[in-house]
Amino acid sequence: MKVAVIQFPGSNCDWDAEHSVQDVIGLPAGRVWHKNQLPNDVEAIIVPGGFSFGDYLRCGAIARFSPIMSDIKRFAENGGQVLGICNGFQILCESGLLPGALVRNDCMEFRCLNQSLKVEDSNNRFNRNALGDSLNLPIAHGEGNYRADDDVLADLEANQQVLLRYQPNPNGSLNDIAGIRNLVGNVYGMMPHPERAVENHHPCLDGLPLLRAFLQPLLVSSPAELST
Amino acid sequence: METPTVPLPPNPDARLNVEITPELIAQHGLLPEEYDQILKILGRTPNLTELGIFSVMWSEHCAYKNTRKLLKLFPTEKKDKNAIGQVLVKAGEENAGVIDVGEGWGVAFKIESHNHPSAIEPFEGAATGVGGIVRDIFTMGARPVLLTNSLRFGSLESRQVKRLFRGVVSGISHYGNCLGIPNMGGDVYFDDCYEGNPLVNALCAGILRHEEIQKGAATGVGNPVYYVGPGTGRDGLGGASFASRELTEESAEDRPAVQKGDPFMEKLLLEACLEMMSIPGLVVGIQDMGAAGLTCSTCETASRGNAGIEIDLDLVPQRESGMNSYEIMLSESQERMLVIVTKGRERELEQVFEKWDLHAAHIGEVKQGDRMVVRHKGVVVADLPAKSLTDEAPVYDQPTSEPAHLAQAREWKVDTIPELAADKVETALLGLLQHPTIASKQWVWKQYDHMVMSGCTVEPGSDAGVVKLSIAGINKFLAIANDCNNRFCYLDPYAGAQIAFAECMRNLACSGARALAVTDNLNFGNPNKPEAYHMLKECVKGLADACSHFDVPVVGGNVSLYNEHGEGAIDPTPVVSMVGLIDHADWVTRSCVRESGVELILLGGLPHELGGSYYLQTEFGQKEGTCPIVDFGAEKNLQHFLISQIEDGKIHAAHDLSEGGLLVCLAEMLFGEGKLGASVALPDLGLSGRLDALLFGESQARAVIAVKSPDKEAVLQVAQSTGLSAHYLGQTKESDELRMEVANLSVLNAKVSDLKNAWESAIPLQMQTA
Repeated sequence: MKVAVIQFPGSNCDWDAEHSVQDVIGLPAGRVWHKNQLPNDVEAIIVPGGFSFGDYLRCGAIARFSPIMSDIKRFAENGGQVLGICNGFQILCESGLLPGALVRNDCMEFRCLNQSLKVEDSNNRFNRNALGDSLNLPIAHGEGNYRADDDVLADLEANQQVLLRYQPNPNGSLNDIAGIRNLVGNVYGMMPHPERAVENHHPCLDGLPLLRAFLQPLLVSSPAELST
Repeated sequence: METPTVPLPPNPDARLNVEITPELIAQHGLLPEEYDQILKILGRTPNLTELGIFSVMWSEHCAYKNTRKLLKLFPTEKKDKNAIGQVLVKAGEENAGVIDVGEGWGVAFKIESHNHPSAIEPFEGAATGVGGIVRDIFTMGARPVLLTNSLRFGSLESRQVKRLFRGVVSGISHYGNCLGIPNMGGDVYFDDCYEGNPLVNALCAGILRHEEIQKGAATGVGNPVYYVGPGTGRDGLGGASFASRELTEESAEDRPAVQKGDPFMEKLLLEACLEMMSIPGLVVGIQDMGAAGLTCSTCETASRGNAGIEIDLDLVPQRESGMNSYEIMLSESQERMLVIVTKGRERELEQVFEKWDLHAAHIGEVKQGDRMVVRHKGVVVADLPAKSLTDEAPVYDQPTSEPAHLAQAREWKVDTIPELAADKVETALLGLLQHPTIASKQWVWKQYDHMVMSGCTVEPGSDAGVVKLSIAGINKFLAIANDCNNRFCYLDPYAGAQIAFAECMRNLACSGARALAVTDNLNFGNPNKPEAYHMLKECVKGLADACSHFDVPVVGGNVSLYNEHGEGAIDPTPVVSMVGLIDHADWVTRSCVRESGVELILLGGLPHELGGSYYLQTEFGQKEGTCPIVDFGAEKNLQHFLISQIEDGKIHAAHDLSEGGLLVCLAEMLFGEGKLGASVALPDLGLSGRLDALLFGESQARAVIAVKSPDKEAVLQVAQSTGLSAHYLGQTKESDELRMEVANLSVLNAKVSDLKNAWESAIPLQMQTA
């Protein structure tokens, strides 16, 4: 497999992520159980949404101790592409691969809706040229309220690490942040679900350019057929 | 083997060695004659553990003792053996019914109530309601693909009701979202009759290959019996019997009878069970421990397998210390299953559960004979014929008496209602759009994850929820609708139940789906009250006749009786849920119009009946009158037309007329993303000669469709040729106005944005105030 989708106990968007990459974008993908080792041939990792370990303690707080996390960290340190979606974003923050933390929505309720997002010019893959000025993507979370201290936030903005911003803000996130990348630009995290906006029966297809932007290094080496 | 007629040895827990007194029998909800029958079955006095086992297994919740005869009226298979949707597992045979959806795939689905627990602990009650029904589905071997709920609450102005409403919705959201099964909404009604006794009915549907259908039977003498899932505690003790009596002021003290749910455990159990069942030949039988927990799962699997079963409670994982046999057998701790596997292959099961970090305890064996034997600390604490618990519960045909209000309803005359002036139409429409039953339920839906699993095709809020069966790799769409207007069932239980059925099926037709089968949830009052039993009986007859007429069988469901609080029984509420199938993506149809310049056509004739309508409620505070006429011929004709025109690609949007009538229907069709208005006109007032009945009457077998201009004449012609009444109404426009003229007189010129705002904000505004 080229794209590994990590499966923790309680992950529930693992199939969706695998389906979007394998059946829609056309890259070989598979699920990797959190107690197993990362296969050697993996070129990109998706940490999917869900409720890993029941979101007990804090979202992502237990998953960071899973055996697979050391493989993921090593993979990322070596420049590998990692995308965390929703709970996956929370896990990447908890494990220190991305800065900041996600706390309970300010409305204190779960929010599932099609969210309008502003695209930021972050780097040569995530920008308005590649993705357009705005995207519509499903969100579905109870704890998507992005928090970071002032210095971290200032650094994120100064280094153009913000990928997406909510418009309007559904959860109280600082600076309307919906998605960020690490400084190097190989680890990405976002609350919206691009894998839920890739097929014709979905509310829109805005997840496709986003996933393709993430997978671009792989797509360049083996152009995949779009099957929708 | 003969029943041992000598008493069993003393229980290791001395507290259980008590004399079985008439008071104790009554406390267990058993009648003196029922106890006599137990004596006859056993040939000896039961001990306390056995009495407890009988009391839960013979409760209404498990034994359907007041409804078993009535339920026989429902058709359980299709008459047309060539039609899609043949029944693979019939109602009552297993944990859920299964129907064929073609290409070797089946759909398992069922609805179940958790009313009483939700009245006491709304969050946990509703959450565990979801957990229970999901277990019923994956027990069948199916991967759950959707959830819906039918919810009923009292008036939203009451603080208590707001607390219940908030708690129930957040409990469903918490549990279902964590499981990652899309919740496609369902229906929510608000009516004073549910004050203090809300209804929480949860539905789950799952998909499986025909050959993957699992049985809940213990077969193969010597096969090991496994307990899987988290440990047993004292929660939910006697929940099944709690559900089988009326709620009272003291019911809050029954809080220990409410279970506590852990959706994470359920998610692990779901994945582990599906993984285990995918191993060929490993699982012999499987049953969830829901109502009556370990008791029900052991005696039901033994009974279905025509075998005996023996379990040792010392081997049951426990999370509280010092539990005795009575507590362990009657606990309703959640997220547990009983699994019988092929002898010699135990390790294969254990490996799967080790992977998922779940207990898998070998607690017993399938035995020769017919007995359910329970040991604890080396002592036999229960020894009962399994079938006596499942098949020999008493069956009652209760006396009936027609409630006085039915005759009164038949006498009601529309003349007692003052006519509606044209300049009052907008106010009346706003009143209806703000009634929480009709108002937007976005406040609810946005708390449910309806998009997980990538299948959501039509989101909650349209006539039916639709999911693509992507996870099975098939290019088909499953549609689901729930319906039951309690007002009609209160005024005419027979016709009311038929209207629930017809509306449900019409909702599917408007979405482009062919109806396959029904699961029903019968929510009624105390069956020992002749008036309540009359309503139950008439509703069942009405629903059964409708199912037979349309050849849509009932494949399972649930009965919830004793729904009473304070002032009496709830209105009869036979919730009808129907699944349908759409074979092609192009046929998936929504209720909202997305374009200007499309033509609106009313099908089925001008509405003319006001009886039972929401207009009578919002304008006059009345639940009065005769139900609209139920005309199955007209209904069939309408639905056939809808589906055939949708499949012909002619219908852009379709919405059925229901609560609030024609004007509410038209307004709702404009409330989509399109920001559209419409200008419509009708030549006359129709049969009733009254404006109120035309605009707000809830006559049945009607729908409004939107068609593209070039198709208008052809569609009208097809309608005419099939004898379906069709009235051209007018066009959608790129404007913010909904205008209507009747007989050349303007009756409405309202801003769509005002109407939509009233409709959207009604529930959030109520929920903002304490």
